[in-house]
Amino acid sequence: MRIEALFLIGVGIFFGIVGAVYWFTSYEDGGTMMLAGTCLLGLLPGSYYLFWHRRMGNRLEDRDDATIEEGAGVINSFPGSSIWPFVLGMGAFMTVLAFAFGIWFIFPAVGLILTALVGVTAESRRGGHV
Amino acid sequence: MTDVIIPVETSVGHAPPIVTVDHVSHGHEEHGPSGILKWLTSTDHKVIGMSYMITSLVLFYVAGIMALILRLQLTSPNGAVVSFQQYNELFTMHGSLMLYLFAGPFAFGGLANYIVPLQVGAPDMAFPRLNALSYWLYLTGSITMMLGFLVAGGAADFGWVGYAPLSNATNSPGAGGDIWIMALILTGFSAIFTGVNLVATIFYLRAPGMTMFRMPIFTWNMLVTGILILIAFPVLTSALIMLFCDRHFGTHIFSVQGGGSPILWQNLFWFFGHPEVYILALPYFGIVTEVLPVFSKKPVFGYKGMVFATMAIAALSTGVWAHHMFTTGLVLLPFFSLLSLLIAVPTGIKFFNWIGTMWRGQLSFTTPMLFCIGFLCAFLMGGVTGVMLAAPPIDFFTHDTYFVVAHFHQVLFGTAVFAGFAGLYYWYPKMFGRMLSDKLGKWHFWLMFIGFWVTFMPQYEVGLLGMPRRVASYPSNLGWQIYNQISTVGAFIIAISFAILLWNLWISWRRPVLAGDNPWDAHTLEWFTSSPPPHHNYTHLPPIRSERPTWDYNHPEAPSIVGHGEGKRLKKEGAGVA
Repeated sequence: MRIEALFLIGVGIFFGIVGAVYWFTSYEDGGTMMLAGTCLLGLLPGSYYLFWHRRMGNRLEDRDDATIEEGAGVINSFPGSSIWPFVLGMGAFMTVLAFAFGIWFIFPAVGLILTALVGVTAESRRGGHV
Repeated sequence: MTDVIIPVETSVGHAPPIVTVDHVSHGHEEHGPSGILKWLTSTDHKVIGMSYMITSLVLFYVAGIMALILRLQLTSPNGAVVSFQQYNELFTMHGSLMLYLFAGPFAFGGLANYIVPLQVGAPDMAFPRLNALSYWLYLTGSITMMLGFLVAGGAADFGWVGYAPLSNATNSPGAGGDIWIMALILTGFSAIFTGVNLVATIFYLRAPGMTMFRMPIFTWNMLVTGILILIAFPVLTSALIMLFCDRHFGTHIFSVQGGGSPILWQNLFWFFGHPEVYILALPYFGIVTEVLPVFSKKPVFGYKGMVFATMAIAALSTGVWAHHMFTTGLVLLPFFSLLSLLIAVPTGIKFFNWIGTMWRGQLSFTTPMLFCIGFLCAFLMGGVTGVMLAAPPIDFFTHDTYFVVAHFHQVLFGTAVFAGFAGLYYWYPKMFGRMLSDKLGKWHFWLMFIGFWVTFMPQYEVGLLGMPRRVASYPSNLGWQIYNQISTVGAFIIAISFAILLWNLWISWRRPVLAGDNPWDAHTLEWFTSSPPPHHNYTHLPPIRSERPTWDYNHPEAPSIVGHGEGKRLKKEGAGVA
């Protein structure tokens, strides 16, 4: 995970330098804040990855000489299908319609979003299909 | 839920099978819903990627029809095809559909969703349900955007950039503006979720041996695009929420009267907007970098140079936002001009490497290759005029004229359309297991190539003559009409070429020519699996020892071009490296 960490830390350092130069040449606060935020967006996860890289060492995907056989075992669990992203998406749709057309849309929106959140949580615990 | 497992026992030498164990069916094939329910419930990255591509292509055709109406209106100085109000709505929606709902989602929602997990040897995206949610937010955002045409007062009419104070409630009353804002908030969240998913998939789900510097350049570009999305889209989404508050909740964030600043909107918007141009461009650079080596029968020239050039372009693109604001007189000209000009350096490296990849290769001019060469020509012209516009004196002279329109369209048409179609023709056999007609593809290419130049070159000239953008009529005594007429003819030539693509898809659907797993003798991992790929993508994987694992596996007799880390290791051990 070293390359990944350095990649993100590089993002942070670059925007830290650009942000400092920008501030001291323009004293413009809006752009400086965005550059500072971008700097943090790189530094925070980058440092976290570097911390874990030092504890874990190289993973199979970080090693030039790793073989497919060495990766034997469970990769991860993936849902085969799920209706809940669709339900949640419809809830989000109703929410924005409430802002554009009329507040009454918020009632079906809240219903759909709560149903989806309960559904996806139960599905994750159960480990089954729809 | 399905566990994806690589068993300890290997049955095919270096290519052990991957089996999927379904918790419910205990090892049998994936039993999911079928038909429309399958589409509604699928969390498979291939189905979601395909849905993204189909939706974005439909919106591309809709926005293209809008462009034809705009061009017809400008054919004569006092065109009466649409009213001025309708013209404003059409150019706003044309830009919004093309930029927010086609070019980006086709690449990072469609192609990347489908191809990236295959290229890194992953069974799916890291967060499949989040991936499905991204698509539903994108689809509903697109529907919301189109709903604007159905409300009283019409769709948004303040341009795709939504400049304040034009976009406030006083100057743009009605639901059209609100719908535009809400549509972009939905699609903004969709893009952010996709960005998270892409980065997590590339960081955590690579196959053993697939080191970062063995990843295909397309995947590298999608990683950098994912980071750019995470930098840019939250800024847009928050700016839109502020704009909505100004319109309805009495805030004055972008209003001078209330102590706010309209320039703040421009700063926020372009902090998103300029990286957005590269969010739209980098995936397409990646496509070109995949296609050129395959049809040149060579590995990518300067792999690491390509990766670092992509990073440099992305980094610089985030520091140049105010070059769109030179004429406000409120930005630091030297800073933004210098950074804008610097982007030409990594872009030049990319051009050099693309030419180096083709140099002395065994070139075969198939349809994807032709579209890539078309991209090189189109993007070069758009890029050169971009360097001109990065110089404030030229920008002051040409700002808000058709010169900028021509530059912008040459850059984005060059990338999203030429390179996008290269990707479509290149990966279509993998997605559907059947070929598109090469003959029809070449007709498509040549008509589009000719139409492209006929449409946009006159716009440079008419821009230099002073014609402003976003006008529905113009004086008849300034000599602008002939350039507009030529441009309109070009637009219709492009439209014919797009009709040929539809015909090609129809022929492929009705009279399929089977493609096989690797019809192009391509290099990267996605061509190792079947066409179309099975559920969870791979039944077995080849050893990954370079950037070209499929080529290495299929051509054991060929001299090996090994990855950089591998090369160093072999050199240290004294082994010969070809």
